[in-house]
Amino acid sequence: MSEFIAVRLVPGPVRGRFVEAKVPAGFPSPADDYFQKSLDLRELLIEHEEATFFIRASGDSMIDFQIHDQDVLVVDRSLKVLDGDIVVAAVNGEFTVKQYSNKGGQIKLRPGNAKYPEIELKDGSELIVWGVVTWNLHDCLKIRSRRRQQLLRKLRAPV
Amino acid sequence: MGTPIHHIRALVAKHQIAWFSSNYALYGEISRRMMAVMGQFSPRRETYSIDECFLDLSGMHRAPADIAQELRRRVRSWVGIPTCVGIGESKTLAKLANAIAKKTPSMEGVCDLTALSATARQALLEGRAVADVWGIGRKLGARLESLGVQTADDLRQFDLERARSQFGIVVVRTIEELRGISCADLEERIPAKKQICSSRSFGKYTNDIEEICQAVTEYTARAAEKLRRQNGICAQLQVGLLTNPFKDVPQHHPVGHIRLSVPTADTLRLVSIAVRVTREIWRPGYIYKKAEVMFTDINPATYEQLRLFDEEERRVPAPPSEKRARLMATLDAVNTKWERGTLRVASAGDAQPWQMRRERMTPAYTSSWNELPVART
Repeated sequence: MSEFIAVRLVPGPVRGRFVEAKVPAGFPSPADDYFQKSLDLRELLIEHEEATFFIRASGDSMIDFQIHDQDVLVVDRSLKVLDGDIVVAAVNGEFTVKQYSNKGGQIKLRPGNAKYPEIELKDGSELIVWGVVTWNLHDCLKIRSRRRQQLLRKLRAPV
Repeated sequence: MGTPIHHIRALVAKHQIAWFSSNYALYGEISRRMMAVMGQFSPRRETYSIDECFLDLSGMHRAPADIAQELRRRVRSWVGIPTCVGIGESKTLAKLANAIAKKTPSMEGVCDLTALSATARQALLEGRAVADVWGIGRKLGARLESLGVQTADDLRQFDLERARSQFGIVVVRTIEELRGISCADLEERIPAKKQICSSRSFGKYTNDIEEICQAVTEYTARAAEKLRRQNGICAQLQVGLLTNPFKDVPQHHPVGHIRLSVPTADTLRLVSIAVRVTREIWRPGYIYKKAEVMFTDINPATYEQLRLFDEEERRVPAPPSEKRARLMATLDAVNTKWERGTLRVASAGDAQPWQMRRERMTPAYTSSWNELPVART
């Protein structure tokens, strides 16, 4: 496939734009006109880069909020915590994920599972909201991996 | 600076002290975040060290102490790191103010010398030893003290002419800075290092020359990586070995260096030279605890001279340098994409018994998906 460059001499400056594309002697790709950069998940998930951390959730006390065991939480420390936010909090030196409830100064940490009790702040216990959970990353494939293996094996097995 | 953990076992047990091996990747990431947040407060910022930076607050409409308090709050909230801020007309005064803020809890982490009266300021400077002034240090400090200059304020009042003749320009500048005249500009771009050093204690002290050469190979490779990152080439290489100075064992601290006829950043060349030096300086009968590899005489890679009389290259015919440069670029790319050490010089060995013991390392919270902090739901 040879390349040809046509040059026309015109007086004065030529206005135009360089485009990163070869010109083959064939039908040009109509997609060239629509080229855009590909999507970057960071753009979607991270608003304040310096203040964003990833935390692994462990346990089943937040399943009503669709946070499952081993999910990865995106946590933004720069956000002001408000009533109803899901937060990562340090209670007496331990990290926990709960819903933050503040009704007129009465602060509670609510689980998302009826099996677990609410955590009420009593005198002497210390609560530090470490950050606000902004996204939850749930691995859909891994959860079903054993079942998938079974199905694949069945497919491969001679009938 | 540091105290070996086995010297303070009793203290650790008594107070249930938690201790950790250093995780420099994590420190680097936290430092980067901290610097980025502070950069939100001024367009002019100089990274001074992993945990210190200078900000230029001139021309701001708010009181410097207000900006400083907001900065502290934001770094604390966003990154989780407590900070102290010192404010002065010069970098030396800012450093001094920072040390004062750190030692005086009532200041709530901020000391603004520019907001103080001359007498209040003088009182604070009188409380600082001259050796603690930025750029003075213990040696110069001792000399100054013998002349009756005890405190930072004594130094501020020291005669400039006398300082010039007895100590030289560095002390003169420091005195002027203490008087509020800024002599050191912000260095916003990180200056390329003039020397690169890679040194570490062995996990297991050793006399085995093969093990030592493996360690030297590894340290040289790391230093070469740093050298290429700043796009430099070095013309001198130095290797040092160290026995344990705290133990009553035969001591040997040999150092050997070689000038390279052709400066380079090529890991393979540097390793072969470093290993040769190591074999020359090593002696049987000594238990070594540490090796150090240092590159000096570093210049930008554009200075690379043409190869004319290069002993090294003649003995071992080297592949064309362009090909080698591509090899190094690939090496660095692989080790950046996967983890460091994925691709390495085979003479660094496999078992690496000399590797630093870091069994209590803080997890790579911010750089490995397998080591994320865990929160109970």
